[in-house]
Amino acid sequence: MADLNIHRPMALQETPVILPGHDFETVTETIAEIPLSKRFPLGWIGIFAIALAGAGMLHMALGYLVLKGIGIWGNQIPVGWAFDIINFVWWIGIGHAGTLISAILLLFKQQWRMSISRFAEAMTIFAVACAAIFPVFHTGRPWLAAYWLFPYPNAMGLWPQFKSPLIWDVFAVSTYATVSVVFWYVGLIPDLASMRDRATSKLKAVLYGMASLGWRGSARHWHRYEVASLILAGLSTPLVLSVHTVVSFDFAVSLIPGWHATIFPPYFVAGAIYSGFAMVLTLAIPVRRFYGMESLITMRHIDNMAKVMLATGLIVGYGYSMEAFFAWYSANPHEQFMMYNRMFGPYGWSYWTLISINVVMIQLLWFKSIRTNTLGLFIMSIFVNIGMWLERFVIIVTSLANDFVPSSWGMYYPTRWDFMTFFGTIGLFLTLFLLFLRFVPMISIFEVKTLLPQAKVKAES
Amino acid sequence: MADLPETTPALHGVMAEYDSGQALVDAARKTMAHGFTQVEAYSPVPIEDLNTIIHKSRTVLPGLVLTGGLTGMATGFALQYWASVIEYPMNIGGRPMASWTTFIVPSYELTILFSALTAAIGMIVLNGLPQPYHPVFNVGRFSMASSDKFFLVIESRDPKFDAAAAFLRETGAKGVYDVAE
Repeated sequence: MADLNIHRPMALQETPVILPGHDFETVTETIAEIPLSKRFPLGWIGIFAIALAGAGMLHMALGYLVLKGIGIWGNQIPVGWAFDIINFVWWIGIGHAGTLISAILLLFKQQWRMSISRFAEAMTIFAVACAAIFPVFHTGRPWLAAYWLFPYPNAMGLWPQFKSPLIWDVFAVSTYATVSVVFWYVGLIPDLASMRDRATSKLKAVLYGMASLGWRGSARHWHRYEVASLILAGLSTPLVLSVHTVVSFDFAVSLIPGWHATIFPPYFVAGAIYSGFAMVLTLAIPVRRFYGMESLITMRHIDNMAKVMLATGLIVGYGYSMEAFFAWYSANPHEQFMMYNRMFGPYGWSYWTLISINVVMIQLLWFKSIRTNTLGLFIMSIFVNIGMWLERFVIIVTSLANDFVPSSWGMYYPTRWDFMTFFGTIGLFLTLFLLFLRFVPMISIFEVKTLLPQAKVKAES
Repeated sequence: MADLPETTPALHGVMAEYDSGQALVDAARKTMAHGFTQVEAYSPVPIEDLNTIIHKSRTVLPGLVLTGGLTGMATGFALQYWASVIEYPMNIGGRPMASWTTFIVPSYELTILFSALTAAIGMIVLNGLPQPYHPVFNVGRFSMASSDKFFLVIESRDPKFDAAAAFLRETGAKGVYDVAE
């Protein structure tokens, strides 16, 4: 990288993906010392306690739901889908950035992905876990959900309806969850071997050793490993694009005005990546600061992630304008009313809030001074998460609340149990993420090493 | 064998240590050129040329993954056809029972699921993992193989093994160690 910079004027020089001064040993040391240390930092304990309280609240909300039924939620006819589906789509969307970073950027040989891929993938897995809670508990009786969702020979002789996008979604999301876990674990194996070899106690050596499966890093191991990683990346790329496409089919295949739109698949995928990168920034900015990872997660990463957020945010903005255009151009009174109602109806506040975040605020990202201001970017990333949550709220609730026949209209109001479940999943997500930071190397040790000059080998002359 | 006199413990091979990937690759090229056949290299990072230099064969994994993927696709389609046409036919809006276009998404997802599981499990199994014990771990310095040192091993099965230790010392190794079985 550095040699490319020599001929550039100072202002155009890019920050390298690893700051100078690192070699193989310092990279291993910097990353591996966090999971291996005996100490639990006070800040970690504090945040973990709050996160765990959130997870406890989730447990309580779901326990009460199972006792009483889904009547404790605000879902009513006509708004039969509400917080549960909003939160499901929001969490699944967040997961998409992790797969984009680990798979698509691998295929494009983007070296900056290596420092952030591990924890972005962890974020994916935990986000998908939180997402799965909502549809499963929305069935009301999750212990019976197995035969509604999965095709298996059950005592009633019933089979799922394969012409429904909802059952496609079950296949898409469960495949996505499985492949994400597998990809993440395969990526971890060599690093777990590093942890085994540096472990300070017998117990840690045994546990990390078992988890690493006895990895030795032989030439044959690495060859098969590299082939498998490339194949997994190649498979995850069409998978991640298909997942949010299928999620959008849940809406687009129906006839509700505001849902029945051909632009939904690309618009949903772009929105997913946009919100996912916002969440990666929300996590990466404090993590690099508190764990002193500024030399491995440099301003180059932060800047690049902000650029991806800007690009996908602009696609999302295009999606909003096309929704409005289609409604007008369709000459269909229901479509036109839907758009007017979104903007000026009872939920108009949510539409204009989301427009001011996802269309207006993100224009700030055109400026490098904003993209490299970590505090500003951190606040923006939280706003983007809120904006993308509101987008799903607008799509789902306004379309259902006021559909074709005015006599069937009705308002939707969430209950305290809706909020407890939603904030509870944020607590669960943070709990899992903090455990990951504490016990697993948060940056891929061996991949970062491949960027160093020590790893470079000349071809045979 | 108890009545035979005790000799030196059985050897898995001899191991040489290097400081860089370049030194390891150079040594591996020399070793192979010298006619050794039972050779293995160990490195903290993947080195693309190393497998080609030492083993000269590529893995069968891509073929397995293709087979896995086709199996997944066939499984997905057969499952849906059987459930929707034979076992539990449902008339949905007058569409044909075997409306294959609606079967695409689950078949596609199962193609990816089966391929990915084949890739991951195939890599692990072909690599002989999980394998908690291996003789190379008997060398204390080998714990650096996952950090910043590079190792080359000539195994005792090699017909020219008697010359191995002396040969490795001349390849620029930082150290040469016996690997107990």
